[in-house]
Amino acid sequence: MADPLLQLQALNKHYGGIPATDNLSLDIESGEVHAIIGPNGAGKTTLIAQIAGSLAPDSGRVVFAGEDITQLDVAQRARAGLARSFQITSLILPMTLLENMMLAVQARSGHSFRFWKPVSREQGMRESAMHYLQQVGLADRAGLLASAISHGEQRQLEVGMALAMQPRMLLLDEPMAGMGKQESARMVELLAALKQDKTLLLVEHDMDAVFFLADRLSVLVGGRLIATGSIDEVRQNPEVQRAYLGESHA
Amino acid sequence: MNLRALIRLRALVYAVLLILLAIAPLLTDLAGKPFMLDVLSRTLVLAIAVVSLNLILGFGGMVSLGHAAYLGIGAYSVGIASYYDLYQGWLHIAIALTSSGLFALVTGAISLRTRGVYFIMITMAFSQMAYFALVSLEAYGADDGLVIYGRSEFPGWLSMQDSRGLYYWILGILLAALLFNWRLLNARFGRVLFGAMHNDARMQALGFSTYRYRLAAYVISAMMCSLAGVLFGNFNGFISPDIMTWTRSAELIFMLIVGGVGSIFGPLAGTLVFVLLEEWLSTLWTYWHLPFGLLLIALVLAGKGGIDDWLKRLERVRRRNG
Repeated sequence: MADPLLQLQALNKHYGGIPATDNLSLDIESGEVHAIIGPNGAGKTTLIAQIAGSLAPDSGRVVFAGEDITQLDVAQRARAGLARSFQITSLILPMTLLENMMLAVQARSGHSFRFWKPVSREQGMRESAMHYLQQVGLADRAGLLASAISHGEQRQLEVGMALAMQPRMLLLDEPMAGMGKQESARMVELLAALKQDKTLLLVEHDMDAVFFLADRLSVLVGGRLIATGSIDEVRQNPEVQRAYLGESHA
Repeated sequence: MNLRALIRLRALVYAVLLILLAIAPLLTDLAGKPFMLDVLSRTLVLAIAVVSLNLILGFGGMVSLGHAAYLGIGAYSVGIASYYDLYQGWLHIAIALTSSGLFALVTGAISLRTRGVYFIMITMAFSQMAYFALVSLEAYGADDGLVIYGRSEFPGWLSMQDSRGLYYWILGILLAALLFNWRLLNARFGRVLFGAMHNDARMQALGFSTYRYRLAAYVISAMMCSLAGVLFGNFNGFISPDIMTWTRSAELIFMLIVGGVGSIFGPLAGTLVFVLLEEWLSTLWTYWHLPFGLLLIALVLAGKGGIDDWLKRLERVRRRNG
């Protein structure tokens, strides 16, 4: 079997005496959709931050595509093929959707120490950006400011920008956060379409979405992974039932 | 739709302004007030410095309170070279660009590790270090300053020996700086700076090492400002460390705010209004600083976007009525 795309090896992160990540190891296979669930305060966002590089672990290693990336910063990891979307919408609000998307395309098309040629005349970048806007269903909104569209659409744009980076793996931190039912449904549809050819690591509260999308599931409680496996395996795990699912099904 | 509504007010104002600046030596001669050309020369030198500040502050959100240091480095490049009887103009420019670039690279690399108020303070600290270094350099006049006995020498029609030649040098470099800023803002580099100003985390997550782009912008801006310094040295014929006090840096920021932070022509408009207002008020009243300060406060309160933004808003009103 091929090596896992992402390996977390004995990650530890403590805040004061409290472990936010407790000796956590996890392998994500290439091509799978892996969801991480857990109650509030379980350390999900802390974990994502350590994978994305915005937070350094106290100890342990992050290995991506066979390379130890523990020492790389956010931008370097992004260029290595690890794209993230944020839990809180994070866009360049005074730019249009197209301009936002073009930044994502620009990020992976060579260096940006170019001072003279307007990006609006870089035809290839423009077309590529339009392609990704189309893919997330925002092509007809290309000229609007990112601040002028709905929350759901902003989240779609975020996913689109992550896609436009042509990453090897997508880290999605609660892509459905704060969405209405309809918006959520559209996002699930979008992510389901990505399943075909992308590796996704998903942190999400919406259980229906998780059960629909995920190939495998990990449950995080108090910074510790208490179970990893297929959905059924995890569902039947007694510790999980006690700690998490039971509680939310009660 | 009538023709009046079609003409963009803002573009029109700037076009007229540029034409007036282009024929200013003629106008001041005709009016028999050649000293007005001196006032204008000094103003446009400052405008170049403000345009360069706009590159980092307006396009990249880096509020530097030490930008006058580069004005000083440029001016002293002329002053110190002339002190050793080196008057070749291109040499002066080369010294100014190299020394300001190096100083910016080193101090920028450190300053840009901080943000917000810390960045303001650390850039100010570095410029004060440069200031006190020059104050203590007895060889170059210390705080008494240095007289520059001859202007930078350029061949043929490039000569800046007479005030008209120097004026066109200043105007030429100002226009080049404006053009450069405009192209840069819309090119890849400018997009990255702009994005990082509004959402640095997002830009890093996209894979941009924003620190490097900021540092590059900081160095370019410093070099641009040093050209203003070269021109200042030539214009003034005398330089002292006073040129790089932190209050001067603050003035540059003020001019930029009055004109319109982040706009292309705003820095020019802001500098003109600031300096001409200062000139005019100081002829009216000994205690002109008071009304001047009040006027500036009113200007800033009246509109956040500065003069450039007013023109934009006027344009919109006209379009609605036209």
